[in-house]
Amino acid sequence: MDFGLTEEQKMVQDMARNFAEKEIAPYVEEDEENHFYRREILTKMGDLGLLGWSIPEEYGGNGMGWMEAVPALYEIAKVHTSWRLSISGNCWGPAMTINEWGTDEQKEKFIPPLVSGEAVGSFAITEANSGSDVGSMKTFAADKGDHWLLNGSKMWISGGHTSDIGLLYAVTTEGGGAKGLSCFIIDYNNTPGIERIPITKKVGMWPAPTSELVFENAVVPKENLLGPVNKGFQICMWMLNNTRMGCATGSAALAAACLEGSIKYANERTQFGQPIGKFQMIQQQLAEMKLEDDAAKFLVYRAAWLKENKLPSQQATSMAKVFGCNAAVHGANMAMKIHGSYGYSTEYPCGRWLRDAKQFETLEGTSNIHMGIIAGIELGYQPNR
Amino acid sequence: MNIVVTVKQTFDTEAKIVLDGKGSIDGSGVNLVINPYDEFAIEEALKLKEKFGGDVTVVSVGGERVTEAIRTALAMGCDKAVRIDDPALANADEWAVAEILAKAVSKLPCDIILSGRIAVDDGSSQVAVRLADALGVPSVSSILKLDIEGDAATVTREIDGGTELIEVKLPAVFTAQKGLNEPRLPSMKGIMGAKKKEIAVLSLADVGVGAGDVTAKMGVPKFSLPSPRKGGKVIPGEAPDAARELAKLLREEAKVI
Ligand SMILES: Cc1cc2nc3c(=O)[nH]c(=O)nc-3n(C[C@H](O)[C@H](O)[C@H](O)COP(=O)(O)OP(=O)(O)OC[C@H]3O[C@@H](n4cnc5c(N)ncnc54)[C@H](O)[C@@H]3O)c2cc1C
Repeated sequence: MDFGLTEEQKMVQDMARNFAEKEIAPYVEEDEENHFYRREILTKMGDLGLLGWSIPEEYGGNGMGWMEAVPALYEIAKVHTSWRLSISGNCWGPAMTINEWGTDEQKEKFIPPLVSGEAVGSFAITEANSGSDVGSMKTFAADKGDHWLLNGSKMWISGGHTSDIGLLYAVTTEGGGAKGLSCFIIDYNNTPGIERIPITKKVGMWPAPTSELVFENAVVPKENLLGPVNKGFQICMWMLNNTRMGCATGSAALAAACLEGSIKYANERTQFGQPIGKFQMIQQQLAEMKLEDDAAKFLVYRAAWLKENKLPSQQATSMAKVFGCNAAVHGANMAMKIHGSYGYSTEYPCGRWLRDAKQFETLEGTSNIHMGIIAGIELGYQPNR
Repeated sequence: MNIVVTVKQTFDTEAKIVLDGKGSIDGSGVNLVINPYDEFAIEEALKLKEKFGGDVTVVSVGGERVTEAIRTALAMGCDKAVRIDDPALANADEWAVAEILAKAVSKLPCDIILSGRIAVDDGSSQVAVRLADALGVPSVSSILKLDIEGDAATVTREIDGGTELIEVKLPAVFTAQKGLNEPRLPSMKGIMGAKKKEIAVLSLADVGVGAGDVTAKMGVPKFSLPSPRKGGKVIPGEAPDAARELAKLLREEAKVI
């Protein structure tokens, strides 16, 4: 068993760390305060090849896969959790799904701009009244012979109003439930009939845009159906099994950021004439954080390794996601306690860590849903895909 | 235009330095990076290459681990690399390294040699200047701007309180100061390409130096760390008495007044 990174993986990791320090870190506070999405960070990521994992080189892929993508995203997310969405939103979501299910024309047209960072990507499943129960969605795509006519709305879509190219899941067979959904590629800049409304009242993830999308007789070209009609649910689950790695990696990285900040503080802050790190109770907190951080990281690496080797990874992905999210929430909570009153100050990152950690319990499958998947596979109720 | 960049692998600037019992630096487990000033040299070389064409060759003296730094330079866009590794180099000093580099560089087609102005570990700022001397070419240190036209270079260098404009004929050695440029990050494509690029590993014999020719003239018997900062002292008592005591301590103990 090899726990080390190859020379190349280490170079990717170093590069991503340097990138995050140079291009993301200087803007964290400013962008948090202004709820500002700094679009050019995505362009720079694209220029460096940070959006092209597991994608054929002919479509602009970087020639590397999961075992490089995870360490890279980890370094980026550790600096600013909002940017953990970049790789899911462009690569693991739309680009990879189009590469798996798309026609040659779709691949040629849509993958290169997503991978180069020229386009912002997104994927839209959730609706106001349809969250965990994906099969209950209502947005309807009517087959009009030479085009699809879309009506309905989506809610909580990451990058919804900044996105250029996105996947959209909609009903194509009324009453078909999960068996009546299809997946569409939406060219947001050239599709009339779509209103995009920013959601501005989020608890955290402030620099990562989230939106409501309203479709009113939106005309989608016939050729933008991705994969077979009524196979949308299957495509969606295939996609989520990849994009969930964004949550798993991002939460493990956030937990690591909380620990790093807390260690630094515990060494600096003195009370009762000694660094607070000398107190056993602080040590207990730090030790718990360290245990959970490492466990979260290794669970993500294992899931990445399974994916790279094309082995069933659904259970491992759910485990990494749910454990990472617990580690992040617990870590952020501990970090705020260890930092004392300064932890409660917005001049320290503890508040941001806690705000950002809480997202992981909900999106891309709530913790309950993932616990259900883990147990369901273990019990033999469902296969491990 | 062919360019040689000399590169040294140094400790990460954030690394915590630990000494072993004998006063030597314990490098195990420490993250190593390209000397940050050498990164400016690499970037400048790549910019010249983009403008004038030619090859950029990285030359470094050091053991197997130096390959990491060389690969990063190749991933940034350098074309080839030479690493000189020999057991006889264990205690090499600046003079020895410069002599060896001179021998290696003289075998390469080369119009310009770029280097960092200082290595952040030992901070001697000697090697590049000695290299120029050994090659019999001019050198300009701490450059902030480099313009090349034909075989002439116009260089801006930092001097105390200002800058100096220098004209010099090529070939020449230039050492890079912070501010010369903003080093690029290696792209994913660069990282993928780096593994296909050639790193020639040469022994002293390969570069034409006898082990006895480069016996260090200088040794470093011991390193020591700065003494740790002590906590402050509180002088109790009434203000006039405390002030008197403070003045006494400043004179007799701290010896600052
Ligand atoms: C910041 C943010 C970004 C998002 N980005 C996207 C995006 O890009 N694209 C997208 O499509 N969606 C996105 N979402 C939506 C997210 O995926 C959903 O919120 C999530 O799937 C949960 O759905 P819900 O909020 O409707 O909760 P519900 O499904 O209504 O769940 C409510 C509660 O009931 C529990 N529950 C539900 N069903 C079960 C069950 N069977 N067993 C046990 N407990 C259950 C849940 O665990 C939860 O505690 C985003 C959400 C947020 C907050």
